[in-house]
Amino acid sequence: MIELTVNGIKRQVDVVAEMPLLWVLRDELGITSAKYGCGVAQCGACTVQIDGMAVRSCQAHIGEVAGKSVVTLEGLEKKEQHPVLQAWIEHQVPQCGYCQTGQIMQAISLLDLISQPTDEEINQVMSGNLCRCGTYPRIRAAIHAAAAKKMAEK
Amino acid sequence: MGHMQTLSRRAFVFGSAAVAGGIAFGAYGSAEAAVPSADGNPLAAGLGANSVTFNPWVEISPDKITLIAQHADIGQGVGSVQPIMIAEEMDLDPGQFEIRFAGPSPAYFNTGFADEFAPFVAADQSPAAEEARAATLEWLRKSGLQMTGGSSTIPDTYQKLRVAGAVARETLKAAAAKRSGVAVADLRTQSGHVVLPDGTRIAYGALAADAAKIPPVLDAQPRDPSKWRMLGKPMMRLDVREKVMGELKFGIDIKMDGMLYASVKLNPNKGQPLKSYDAGKARAMPGVKKILEIKNGVAVIATNSWYAMKAVDAIACEWAPSAYPSEQADHWKVLESSFKPEFLGKEWRKTGDIESALKTGKLVEAEYRAPYVAHQPLEPLNGVGLVTDKGMEIWVGHQSPRFVQWVASTAIGLKPEQVTFHNQWSGGSFGHRLEYENVRVLAEIANQMKGTPIKLVFSREEDFLQDIPRQIAIARHRGSIDKGKIVAADLQLASTTPLKGLLERSGTPSKDPDGQLAAGLWNVYYDIPNFRGTSYEAQGLSPSTTWRSVGASTSGFFTESFIDELIHAAGLDPLKARIAMCTVPHYRKVLETVAEMSDWNGPLGNGRGRGVAFVESFGTPAAEVVEVTATDRGIRVDKVWVAVDVGKVVDPVNFENQVQGGVIWGLGHAINCELTYAKGAVQQTNYNHHEAMRIYQCPVIEVRGLENDPKVRGVGEPPVPPAAPALANAIFAATGKRIREMPFNKFIDFV
Repeated sequence: MIELTVNGIKRQVDVVAEMPLLWVLRDELGITSAKYGCGVAQCGACTVQIDGMAVRSCQAHIGEVAGKSVVTLEGLEKKEQHPVLQAWIEHQVPQCGYCQTGQIMQAISLLDLISQPTDEEINQVMSGNLCRCGTYPRIRAAIHAAAAKKMAEK
Repeated sequence: MGHMQTLSRRAFVFGSAAVAGGIAFGAYGSAEAAVPSADGNPLAAGLGANSVTFNPWVEISPDKITLIAQHADIGQGVGSVQPIMIAEEMDLDPGQFEIRFAGPSPAYFNTGFADEFAPFVAADQSPAAEEARAATLEWLRKSGLQMTGGSSTIPDTYQKLRVAGAVARETLKAAAAKRSGVAVADLRTQSGHVVLPDGTRIAYGALAADAAKIPPVLDAQPRDPSKWRMLGKPMMRLDVREKVMGELKFGIDIKMDGMLYASVKLNPNKGQPLKSYDAGKARAMPGVKKILEIKNGVAVIATNSWYAMKAVDAIACEWAPSAYPSEQADHWKVLESSFKPEFLGKEWRKTGDIESALKTGKLVEAEYRAPYVAHQPLEPLNGVGLVTDKGMEIWVGHQSPRFVQWVASTAIGLKPEQVTFHNQWSGGSFGHRLEYENVRVLAEIANQMKGTPIKLVFSREEDFLQDIPRQIAIARHRGSIDKGKIVAADLQLASTTPLKGLLERSGTPSKDPDGQLAAGLWNVYYDIPNFRGTSYEAQGLSPSTTWRSVGASTSGFFTESFIDELIHAAGLDPLKARIAMCTVPHYRKVLETVAEMSDWNGPLGNGRGRGVAFVESFGTPAAEVVEVTATDRGIRVDKVWVAVDVGKVVDPVNFENQVQGGVIWGLGHAINCELTYAKGAVQQTNYNHHEAMRIYQCPVIEVRGLENDPKVRGVGEPPVPPAAPALANAIFAATGKRIREMPFNKFIDFV
C-alpha cells in the first residue's frame, strides 16, 4: 500500500511503485481531469501539482509521490472564483478541451512564479503544453486576463 | 432501386463521375434498404409516459427537455451550437435543456454533403448545378448517410434544426391553445413556457402529454435572423465551463462497475495480420488478467490501463509484411511513376486549348510534394465495449454512428442493429475518428471477454503507428505567361485516395475517381483562359484518409504555390494580381478584405516578407496573408490575417476560435510534420517526432468573417488549405527561396 494525499484527502493505493501518478489518479482513484496524451512529457495534458509544484503526472512514479500532497484541477481552492479558471471561461479558450486542464494547471504555476508575464515568458513556460486544436491565441489572452484579475484581488 | 437509376441517368448528363456521393454510396444505399427510412423519428421508440417528440431533435418529458446534437462533437462546438439553433426557435435558455448526441439513424442523414458531392464547383450557382445538388440531396436522404465531416456542422443543420425548433414551439402553442381556449395567435413563448395573454405561464413539460395528442405543426417557419436572441451574437459555448472545470467526461474518462482495461499491439504494417507472438514475459507482469489474440495483433486485459500498456509492450510479435512498399523512398517512386494514363483518376476540368497555350509565351514548370501526415488528436483512440448474448454496446467518440455499427458487428458476426452506439465527447479528431481501428479491435476484445465492460486505450505510440495518414501527393504543374498575363495552367497531381479509402473501410467501396483529389485542383477561380486539372490515383501505397480539409490540404498548397510562381514570373503583385484575376465577385471581396486587413502594400524588405493564398474548400472561400521575418535563427511567423466568407456567422466567438485553430493546424503541420515508413511502419511515434505548432511559434492571427455567400457554409476546415501556401509564399518574399515540399523545416530553419 502506498499512501498519499490527493486534493486534501488521504488515499491508499495498492499498485507497483513504478506506476505513474497519472494512472493512479485516473484508473485507481477515478480523478480524470489529468489527461493521458503522450506518456513521455511531450504534451502537458497530465499536469498536476505535487507539493505545490506543477509536474507532469505521467513522469512521477507513485513510489516517489508517497507521503506527498497532490492537487489536481478538481481540488483547486475556491475553484469557482479562481482567477485563472474564470479567465479561461470568459475567453472561451477550449475547443475540444482535452488539453485545457493541463494548460490551466501550468498557467496557475506560471502566475505563481511571474505575476505579470510577458508574451515571451508565457511562451517559455507554456510551450510544453500542446494544444492540437490551436487555442494558443486564447490561452495567451486568458493568462494576461488572469494576471490582471489576480492583481486586482490584491 | 428507382432513385438510383434516375440518379445514374442524371450522372451521365453531368459527367461520368458526376454525383460522386450518389454513386459512391450506391452499395450502401442498397444494403440499408431494409432499415428505417429517413422519415422515421428514432426518438419515438424510447419515449416515456406523458412525453412528446416532434422530430428527431426534440424530446420533451414532464421533467426535462432534451435536444439532440446531430453531429459528433470533436471540439468544433457541435454540442453547443446545434442545441442552441433549436433552443433559439423554442425560446429556451441555456440551462433549461439537456443535450444528447444522436444515435445511429438514417433520420440524421447529412444534407450538408449535397454540395460537396455534386460535380460542380461551389461558386457555380447555375440551375444545372442546383439541380445536381438537389439530386444528390435526395440520394443522401435515401442512403441515410450519417456522418460528421466536410465542415458540414452548420450547413447541414442551419435550416433543419431551426425548423425543428419552430415546429416544437408552434406545436406546444397549439397544445396550450387547446387547453386554455385562447387562440394561438394570442400566445407567445418565453424561456421554456407558453405565455397566455393574462400572463399565465405554462411550462413546456406540462404541455408534453397534450402536445403528443395533436399533430405537429409541420409548416412552422424559423424566425428571421434579425429576431435572434443568441445566434449570430457572441455567446458562451455550452461546454466551456465544464471543460474548464475538468468536469466534462470524454470517452476516455468513462468508468463502469466491473470494468477492466485493455491495451493493444497491432501490426504496424497497416491492414496486415498477426503471424505469431510470445507473451511469456507479459503474462507474469503486475495487474495482467488475460492475454488475447486478435486478428491483427494482441491485447492485454489488466486492472489498470498502464499495466495493460506495459504488458502489451512486452509481448514479442511476428507480423505479416506490409502490402505497400516497406520503405518511404519507394512510396515516392510509386507516386513519381503514377502520372500515366492507366492511373488516371479524372480530368476534372479543361478549358481552352491547353497544349498550344503552353507553347505560347514563357513556360513555367514546378514539382511539389506533400507527405503523409498524422491526425493525432490529444485524446488517444479509446472506447468502452460490452458484449453480451444480446449484442454489443459501445461507448466511443465517432463521426459515423451507422458505420460504427457496421464495423463492430461485422468484426464479431452480429447484425448492425445489434450494436448499440453511445457517442462521446471527443478530445479532437481532425479526421481520425472517421476511421475504425479502435472500434473493430474493441469489438474483437469485448467479444472474447463477454459480460465484462472493457475500456480500450491506445498508447500514444500505438495510435501513431495505426494512424491512417493524410494522402501523400506529388504535383507537376505547368503554366505559361504571355504579355504579363497567365495564359495557361496545367495542374496535375498524383496522390493516394483519402475518401475512396475511407469509403472502402466503411463498407461502401467506390470505383469512381476520388472527388477529394479535385478539391483545390479544379475549383480555381482565376481568369486563366487555358486551364486543365487532372488527378492520378497512385496504387499500392499506404492506406490514406481524410485529414482536416482533406484533398485541399495538399492541392491547395500545390495550386496556390504555383499560381504565386506564375504571378511572380509575370512580374505582378501576388495579392493585386489575384484580385484582378478573381472571377467570382464575392470571392474577390474576400481577397480585397484580407488586403485591407493586412494593409497590403507590396514588398516589405529588410528580411521581412508577406505571402498570400486563396482557396475555396467545402464551399467556403478563405484568403490568408502570412507575414514572416528571416532572422539569424530562422524564419519567424509574425502575423496572419484571415478573411473567410461563410454566408452567415452563426456562432461568432467559436467562429474565430475555429479559424485561428485552422490556421495554426495548417501552419504547424506544414512547418514540421511528416510520417515516413521504414520496414513497413511509420517512424514517428510521439509528438516529439511530429510536433506541429506550439505556443512559442504561434503568430497573432486576425480574423474577419464575411457574409456575402448566398449559402451558409462551414468553417472547420477551410482556413487550413491557404495556410501552407501563404507561408511558403511569404518565405519566398522574405528570402527568395521557393519551398515546394512540406514539411518546410527540411529546407529552412524556423525560430
